[in-house]
Parts: sequence; C-alpha cells; structure tokens
Amino acid sequence: MEGIAMRYFVLFLFAFVMWLILTWPADWQHIIVGVIVSIIVMVLFGRLAVVGEVKMFDPKRWAWFIVYLVVFIWECIKANLDVAYRVIHPRMPIKPGIVKVKTNLKSDIARTFLANTITMTPGTLSVDVDGDELYIHWIYVRDETVEGATKYIVGRFERFLAKVFE
Amino acid sequence: MNELIGLIIITVGVVFDFFGVLGLLRLPDVYNRLQAATKCITLGTCGIMLGTFVMNGFTGLGIKALIAIPFIFFTAATGSHALARGAHKFGIKLWHKSVCDKYREKVTTDKGNK
Repeated sequence: MEGIAMRYFVLFLFAFVMWLILTWPADWQHIIVGVIVSIIVMVLFGRLAVVGEVKMFDPKRWAWFIVYLVVFIWECIKANLDVAYRVIHPRMPIKPGIVKVKTNLKSDIARTFLANTITMTPGTLSVDVDGDELYIHWIYVRDETVEGATKYIVGRFERFLAKVFE
Repeated sequence: MNELIGLIIITVGVVFDFFGVLGLLRLPDVYNRLQAATKCITLGTCGIMLGTFVMNGFTGLGIKALIAIPFIFFTAATGSHALARGAHKFGIKLWHKSVCDKYREKVTTDKGNK
C-alpha cells in the first residue's frame, strides 16, 4: 500500500515541478492551477507510473545513463543522415521489411527505452513488442534471420540499458 | 556570438525538417514514411528548439525550449510506434518490394493457434 501511495506522490511532484519550470516566474494563480492540474494527472495516470522499478540513487547507473545518452545522440544524428541520404538519392536505395529480434532485457521500463531507442536509430522502427520479441520495421534489411537482425539492431544498446536499468 | 551559433543550429534543424518532409512525399508506404517523419522531423525540431535555447540563454523562453526536447523525443517515438502497429493491425500492406514481414507471420500463427 505504501508503495502505491509513494508512486502517486512522486508523479504529483514530478508534474508539479515540471509545471513550475514551464510557468516560471511563479505567482499564486500559477501555483493554484498547477496543483489542480497535477492532482488530475495524478488521479488519471498514477497507476501507470513506474516509480520504484528503477533504483534511482545509484551514481553508477547515472554514469551509465550519461554514456547511453551520448551513444544515443550520436546514433540519432547518424540515423538522420542515413534517412536523408536515402530520401535525396534519385533511385531511393531502400529494401524495407519487418524483422523479428530478441532482447535479454527483463524489466518493462528497460524494454520501453529499448523500443524507443530503436525507433530513433538508423532505419529502424519498432512495430510491436511481444514478451522478449520485438518486431522492427527496417528500411534496409541487411539480415532477415532473428540472430543477425538482433546483432545489428539491439546489440548496440542492450548492454548500456542493462547496466542502467537492471 | 550566441546569436550566430543559435541561428546556425536552427538552420541545420530546418534543413533536417526539409529532408523529413521530402521523405514523407517520396517514400512508398506508411511504414517508410513514418521512419522519415520520426527521425528527420524529430531531430530537426529539436535543433530549432536547441537553437532557440542558445540564442535566449537561461530565460523563460530558453528553458521552455530546452524542456520541450525530451518531450518531443518520447512522444515522437511512442506515437510512431502506435501508428505503425495500428496500421499493421488494420491490414495496410507493406510496399510490394519489401523483402520480409515477420510480424504478419506471427499474427497468422497466433490466429491459427486460437
């Protein structure tokens, strides 16, 4: 029970702080509206919050998270150049298809991050998740088999995410 | 100086946005178009936001622009995932030159097992 109350409270705090940053400088009208809106958000989405699944106060995890962010931003820029190249190339060198990959990550939040990361990186877009299998739309299929696709798509991020979230 | 750097970043962002729109027009099917929409347009828009932040510094406007970046990232990724899944469930076919569709194989075997 305590865990659930904590979950609601952290979500409220997060929403309220976010609101304060967005409406800075704060005055009474902003604060009152912010409290009301945060309570509405808390009631609607409190049960979905993922507080407690992540061990937040471990500096090692934060360090790995920063490493992960750097890798992610670099891959993201590469993704953009890649798509831009395929788009402006007169013959459009694309070979699309949906492949299946497997992940070793266990927790929901790690899988969420993995799916979002895959969407943001070169030529891949996650379509569905089913247990430990992800279905990925790939703009240029290099390898149709499960193992090959896993190595290309998931391998780059999985070890970082495992260190951050598990 | 900040003004100049900000303007350069904004220009890069607009160029990426342009490629994204070009991709939306040129690519053949809904899944490929989603790829262009999520990647180029996200980075392009984030570039514009970052440029705004660099030009304005830590003022109200700059901070808001900076906070918008992670929100754009998360919503773009999640939204494109929902759209792709919805399109596939609705039965929209992949482009005729697509090489494989493991997801449809999975959906048909699931139906067969029921």
